[in-house]
Amino acid sequence: MSLVRTSILSLGAALLFTSASSSLAASSEVDFKAAYAAAEAANKEAGGLRNQWTVTAAALAAAKKAADSGDFDKAVAQSKEAEALAKASIFQATSEKEAWKTLEIK
Amino acid sequence: MASTIRVRAISSGETTEVQALIQHPMDSGFVKDAKGEIIPPHFIQELTFEYGGKSVFVADWGAAVSKDPYVKFSFKGGKKGDDLKISWVDNKGATDTATAKIQ
Amino acid sequence: MNVRSAIHLALGLVALAALVAGVPPGLAADTPDPVADARAFQKFFTDKFPKVTLQDFVNGPYSMNEDMHRQWEEKEQFPPYEFALDMGKEMFSKPFTNGKSYADCFPNQGIGIRQNYPYFDEKEGKVVTLELALNRCREANGEPPFSYVKDEMAALTAYMAFTSRGKPFDIKIPNDPRALEAYQNGKRYFYTRRGQLNFSCATCHVQSPGERIRAEVLAPALGILNAMPIYRSEWSGMGTISRRFTTCNSQIRGVPLNPQDDEYRDLEYYLSYVSNGLPISGPGARP
Repeated sequence: MSLVRTSILSLGAALLFTSASSSLAASSEVDFKAAYAAAEAANKEAGGLRNQWTVTAAALAAAKKAADSGDFDKAVAQSKEAEALAKASIFQATSEKEAWKTLEIK
Repeated sequence: MASTIRVRAISSGETTEVQALIQHPMDSGFVKDAKGEIIPPHFIQELTFEYGGKSVFVADWGAAVSKDPYVKFSFKGGKKGDDLKISWVDNKGATDTATAKIQ
Repeated sequence: MNVRSAIHLALGLVALAALVAGVPPGLAADTPDPVADARAFQKFFTDKFPKVTLQDFVNGPYSMNEDMHRQWEEKEQFPPYEFALDMGKEMFSKPFTNGKSYADCFPNQGIGIRQNYPYFDEKEGKVVTLELALNRCREANGEPPFSYVKDEMAALTAYMAFTSRGKPFDIKIPNDPRALEAYQNGKRYFYTRRGQLNFSCATCHVQSPGERIRAEVLAPALGILNAMPIYRSEWSGMGTISRRFTTCNSQIRGVPLNPQDDEYRDLEYYLSYVSNGLPISGPGARP
């Protein structure tokens, strides 16, 4: 059961990530700000669930760093990655509300 | 300041078993602090155990020995009630000594 | 409906009735039963490791591996936590600037009481851990609080644990629904998967004790807090319960909460309770 859960999480992250890479035109600062805001919002929601991931913070930092140096393609890609990770952490927190019982020693 | 050396020496007739725990940061000089700056090397370079005026154990240490090193060894001889002298010198020239009675 | 689906429905209802009937009378299906939990918890580990006596579980990985046990026995003759213990004893006896001391904040002058922590404070409605109580004592006497993850707190709790060596954990859950809820929160935290690596505390300490994670041998969850605080070779120093909880979180790539946040207090409450009866062995040493 745990394998299924893990693969769902990675599948979810992978799907969100590939949708980011399929954009054709070069990204602008506006694109970055939107993507970053979405990622931050998702991470904030994860924070409310007391379940943020360290890698989400790292992706957000990488996005900001890329944007600061003008590489908006990378910045958008990293933001989308951060959003995917944040959403996966929300999924984890939500499903674990019931799923934890399967591990309990009885 | 309290001694940095804790030692216990137990004689069992023919041989004496010695254990020592030494308080020392043993900084290798390869580790960075939270600000990203190298913590300068600060480690014991020589550790000596003397019995009856003679060295029974001498260690030449370097960066590879961890913080608060623990040493255990045995030497031939050593009588109950006799003194065992321990001393160390580090790369900054600091030293400490201690004397313990063999049990 | 036809006969076949009627039979299915009837069978389903009978099965459901059997399930519900299995719940002890007077207990709703989701009311926690800590006494039963603790019994099941201890039985799980003693069944899994029949050669380990109940008391030995407090030695963590050393009770899981013979070679490590031998090395640990040698190490215990001259344990690496000695310096922290001495420092803790000095700190504990030194009065605050206002003339009072830690002894004034605790029952029995703070000696031999570690096994009673954490406890549920009915006035506050929350779990109070030893680390929290120590900092509250400091603040009540005009002293700045210590970091929960650094050496000073570790030294103090090392000394207090030492004065309780051998005494069995005696955690109480008062007849208060808030206490039961705190216990349940702690239990839920323990089994909940978190972090990008999707581990719960149970993943390592219930499913895999005695097995290796990278180069380390995993400790069983039973008795896991009894040796705290610990001198950990990996840290080249002492660490408190707070330090271990927060670093465990980041190791599985979950952002740690703040030391002594409700979740951690409740977790400590649960873990200590299910180890009731096992002796305090702190301060300890670990790889």
